[in-house]
Amino acid sequence: MKIVLENVVKEFNTFRAVRGVSLEIGSGELVALLGPSGSGKTTILRMVAGLEFADQGAIYFGDEDATNIPVRERGVGFVFQHYALFPHMTVGENIAFGMKVSKKARSKQEITDRVNDLLRLVKLEGLNDRFPSQISGGQKQRVALARALAVDPKVLLLDEPFGALDANVRHDLRRWLREIHDELGITTLFVTHDQEEALDLADRVVILDQGAIVQEGTPEQVCREPNSAFVMKFLGDTNRIAATAVNGVVDLPGARLTAPGVVDGPVDILARPGDLSWSATGEGIPVSVIRVIDRPEGRRFLVRTENGETLELDVPVSTRAASGDRGFVQVLQGNAYPRS
Amino acid sequence: MMVHHSASTPPRVGDRPGIRRALIGFVLIFGTLLVLAPLLVIFSQAFSLGLGHFAETISHPDTRHAIYLTVATALLAVPINTAFGIAAAWAITKFDFWGKRFLLIVIEIPFSVSPIVAGVAYLFVYGLQGLFGPALQAADVKVLFALPGIVLASMFVTAPFVARELIPLMQAQGRELEEAATSLGASGWRTFLTVTLPNIRWALLYGVVLCNARVMGEFGAVSVVSGKIRGQTNTLPLHVELLYHDYNTVGAFAAASILTVLALFTIIAKVLLERQGAGRAGRPALAANKVGT
Repeated sequence: MKIVLENVVKEFNTFRAVRGVSLEIGSGELVALLGPSGSGKTTILRMVAGLEFADQGAIYFGDEDATNIPVRERGVGFVFQHYALFPHMTVGENIAFGMKVSKKARSKQEITDRVNDLLRLVKLEGLNDRFPSQISGGQKQRVALARALAVDPKVLLLDEPFGALDANVRHDLRRWLREIHDELGITTLFVTHDQEEALDLADRVVILDQGAIVQEGTPEQVCREPNSAFVMKFLGDTNRIAATAVNGVVDLPGARLTAPGVVDGPVDILARPGDLSWSATGEGIPVSVIRVIDRPEGRRFLVRTENGETLELDVPVSTRAASGDRGFVQVLQGNAYPRS
Repeated sequence: MMVHHSASTPPRVGDRPGIRRALIGFVLIFGTLLVLAPLLVIFSQAFSLGLGHFAETISHPDTRHAIYLTVATALLAVPINTAFGIAAAWAITKFDFWGKRFLLIVIEIPFSVSPIVAGVAYLFVYGLQGLFGPALQAADVKVLFALPGIVLASMFVTAPFVARELIPLMQAQGRELEEAATSLGASGWRTFLTVTLPNIRWALLYGVVLCNARVMGEFGAVSVVSGKIRGQTNTLPLHVELLYHDYNTVGAFAAASILTVLALFTIIAKVLLERQGAGRAGRPALAANKVGT
């Protein structure tokens, strides 16, 4: 089912939570709404679900105007951040709830079979008789998903689905959710503040800030061509280097970057830690090492420039330096944005 | 592993042996003198002239009517206040509306207002010189000095009991469960019955028990609106006072002992409910023992 949002606006008291968002989610697509807290991403999701109503604009499910259809009749599966499992019902009863209250009559056997199918789908066979308080967070999230899928929703909506889980479980559940999506082909929209999660899981990422869409595109598009300093910073660790643009070119010590289309004047060069390199002698920005950080995937230097700015750069693990050592940083690649 | 206090471990704050013994002793003695002893006196006095005399007092028509009136009042006032309490707690915790804080304060008023004030107020609203008095008399509806007045006064006094138990719990539970149920296709009524109610039931029962205890024991407000007509509008607490003023000490204590027994039932119910986990989700805690079967 295709979902279209047309210039949707939502205000709480006088606070504009969502200011004119237009968005199209293709049938069977897996889309992430990514943004910091307060960016309006959850409000958008809740409006698509029918848990909130838009003050202006329209929401279409396929060709049908769903703007004012209440959540009960909208046919969405909603997975809550804190699972919202019914604590007084077993896992099986939780999953069966939607089928029991549905207008469509189902036999007991039908419901039992479907519950067992869903338990198999979410890999929780045998937990049918447990209560939510007796299973782990990751298991609860999978039960919540099975419960949402039980009513054959047209659209699956997930609010920070992995927000309350620890890192290892998150990673596994992400892969698993992607598999389930590919298997069922259901149009899915999920909200996250974790850029890694969004890039890892989604076909398309919609980046929001202060109630408006800043950029949308495939993970590749937003990573390689971030259209603003905000997107660049939000998607990952960033270094900021003050510079001046002249005729579309920025000169840095030991490097010259082209900045097509950038107005002459003061600019910020934003560069990822991997886009800087280190040398003990030679050209570049003179710095002194503050700290060396070792991680499983590599080594990172924290350095300070003569202006007192801190830079982070990834270096090969064979590169050695100690706190206080002097050296030079070269900017291999970076994006120039007018200084705000 | 248990850590035993040895001479070398310094006591925790406020846990020095002397203070500890003195404090526990003081509370025990005070509790006995203040609470337990008078209760025991009630029973010893009630039976002081033998079981026969006790039975005679209890079976006196006036006493029987007082028991009937007390139970009838509870049967009317408690369900109505329970419904009000659930509705108020629901409105306050699940909706945002103008005047929410004001409603919270209104619900709390009976806690801080002396019951006798409530009684007098009802007298002025429904009395012959009051607001609705003449109209009610014209329609031949008796509110004051009759069961309706007693029920109304009792309801005023106990209005906060159920709501007060439910509001903190329902606030903590939030709206997510109801939203989940609705998104799965459940109607509002169905959501309330199958999702909301099971999660608040222990707190609700606790509130009902407290409300019932107060309705049965209410003296001040009821004494004003009932007119204290012997054998007609006297509830048990009023009847106790009446017997006492008649110098029928044994009768007063006998009636009081019935009230006390009703109260004891309430306390036992309360303790049992607390064990069930009033204010917490009930079933999972109990069912936890079943794991692995």
